[in-house]
Amino acid sequence: MTKNAEHLSEFQIALRGFTQNRLAVSCAYVLLVLYAGALLAGFFAPYSFQDEDRNYSYAPPTQVKIFDNGRFVAPYVPGMKLTFDEYNARIYVIDPVQKYSIRFFVPGDTYRLFGVFPCRHHLFSVDSPGRIYLLGADARGRDVFSRLLYGAQVSLSIGLIGVFISFAIGLLVGGISGYYGGRLDNFLMRLCEMVMMVPGFYLLLALRAAVPDNFNSLQVYFAIIIILSFIGWAGLARIIRGMCLSLREREYVLAAKGLGLSDIKIIVRHILPHTLSYSIFAVMLSIPGYILGESGLSLIGLGIQDPYASWGNMLSDAMSIVRIKFAPWILWPAFCIFLTVACFNVIGDALRDCLDPMLKSEGENT
Amino acid sequence: MSSNLLVVEDLTVTVAQKEIVSAANLEIPFLSVTALVGGSGSGKTTMGLAVLKLLPLGFNVRQGRIWFDGREVLDLSEDRMRLLRGKEIGMVFQEPLYAFNPVFSIGDQIAEVLRAHTPLNLRQRRARILELLNLVGLPNPQRAAGNYPHQLSGGMRQRAMIAQAIAAGPKLLIADEPTSNLDVTLQAKIMELFRKLKDELKLSILLITHDLGMVAHMADRVAVMTGGKIVEQGMTKDVLKDPRHPYTRTLMETIEV
Repeated sequence: MTKNAEHLSEFQIALRGFTQNRLAVSCAYVLLVLYAGALLAGFFAPYSFQDEDRNYSYAPPTQVKIFDNGRFVAPYVPGMKLTFDEYNARIYVIDPVQKYSIRFFVPGDTYRLFGVFPCRHHLFSVDSPGRIYLLGADARGRDVFSRLLYGAQVSLSIGLIGVFISFAIGLLVGGISGYYGGRLDNFLMRLCEMVMMVPGFYLLLALRAAVPDNFNSLQVYFAIIIILSFIGWAGLARIIRGMCLSLREREYVLAAKGLGLSDIKIIVRHILPHTLSYSIFAVMLSIPGYILGESGLSLIGLGIQDPYASWGNMLSDAMSIVRIKFAPWILWPAFCIFLTVACFNVIGDALRDCLDPMLKSEGENT
Repeated sequence: MSSNLLVVEDLTVTVAQKEIVSAANLEIPFLSVTALVGGSGSGKTTMGLAVLKLLPLGFNVRQGRIWFDGREVLDLSEDRMRLLRGKEIGMVFQEPLYAFNPVFSIGDQIAEVLRAHTPLNLRQRRARILELLNLVGLPNPQRAAGNYPHQLSGGMRQRAMIAQAIAAGPKLLIADEPTSNLDVTLQAKIMELFRKLKDELKLSILLITHDLGMVAHMADRVAVMTGGKIVEQGMTKDVLKDPRHPYTRTLMETIEV
């Protein structure tokens, strides 16, 4: 597979640069794992997102044991007994009598694989009535691990869909604005400024307030995406517009006009592709904004509603310092958000380095 | 009038009150090669672009008329112009490296013209592209169609550009300094190609150039332009034999060296 250097496309060269950045590649793998988890949430999660057991409120992470009295056995989880200390705080103690084996590929709650195929088998589960909480339980005894996976479906997809919509709008508005110039440009850019003028989160709240309360979770989900996209497009549109102002003076744009192509075709085929290298890393760098936006809304109870899980609304449980002290595992969603945002940022930076050769050489010289 | 494909009458183009082209008249008879000769900045490219109504921002047509095939071009709406450009008037630019979009293959970019102006389907388009690339003398049409502009040599690129310009079967081909960036042997070959295409496709050609030597070989008619004015116009052999205007004589001296 030795390819002549001269036949490498610009994209391949950029990809090669990217793969040399170890940190970025490992971040890409982390994201891959997170997205795979979200996609196959039903399979990986032992319980559904609303499967609760009040006897296990704030149960700590279950210990998986493979030794029984010094003998190596199939993995099992010990039973747990609930007691209270002198301040009436819950204390879970291991009950050495009860043992529940962990079983793999067992039928359990039905779910839809990829949201389409009905399916009953889960990667692992324990014999009832035992319960397994890999990452602990929340207030209502729901499995944090399962809810993290289901929450990832919302939190991670909102970033992608939101960025897709707002970039479609941003590219089109920026392209039209930069290509035509004049009054239309003036109007569209003032519009962008108006959107950008309002601080993002307040605009988010204001727009959310305009959405009816009685929406079901799916409607809320789409409402949030639309709101987030509505905020996100303006900054991009301005930058794309600036690039288009210079791109439209290229001779191939004149040539395309001379060939009788329509304006929209010229914008979409001959101008916007040249903003691609910018757009790619701009997309990566702006996805975290959407994830954080959704988390913020859900955190304060305006986003995805219980019992549906999103990383944001799982965190609303963690708004009290006391709960964090006694059940620190409810902070897992925060860790996931942090990880995702950091990964997207590292990847975005790495992409910028390898897609923008000028910037890179500047960095290397210093 | 009836024997002319293109007639430019009294055309004046200004930029911020300065006349780039002043009261220019030009006639291009059917099936002829007409050369528009002049130095840099004489307004010859502006004339070419004015015919297609592709003048850059800030350029205004102050007066004049442009008749193409019985239609007044300057009165046509932008939508009608789009049907004219590419379909009836093809344009060949000086530097095809810039006139091709670097991110699409040659085949893609010719297909674009065919999509815009012909009812051909995907398979017919593919066949037509190969036919066109073959017609302009590219040695390996199949490969050239898949190549990106930077992968072709200068001469091959210019041929590909010509293929694109004639793709939709125009009646008039405007060639703006088509050979200025090529070496002399290639210039001769490209000129040969123009002549061949003119006969085979029944084209008229407006050749914009500063090279009077080329004009002598190629053009049936010649118009000499300087300072935005067309100072002399006529059959090539008449003009070259007996130049009336001092600028024409200056131009002729340059090629006789």
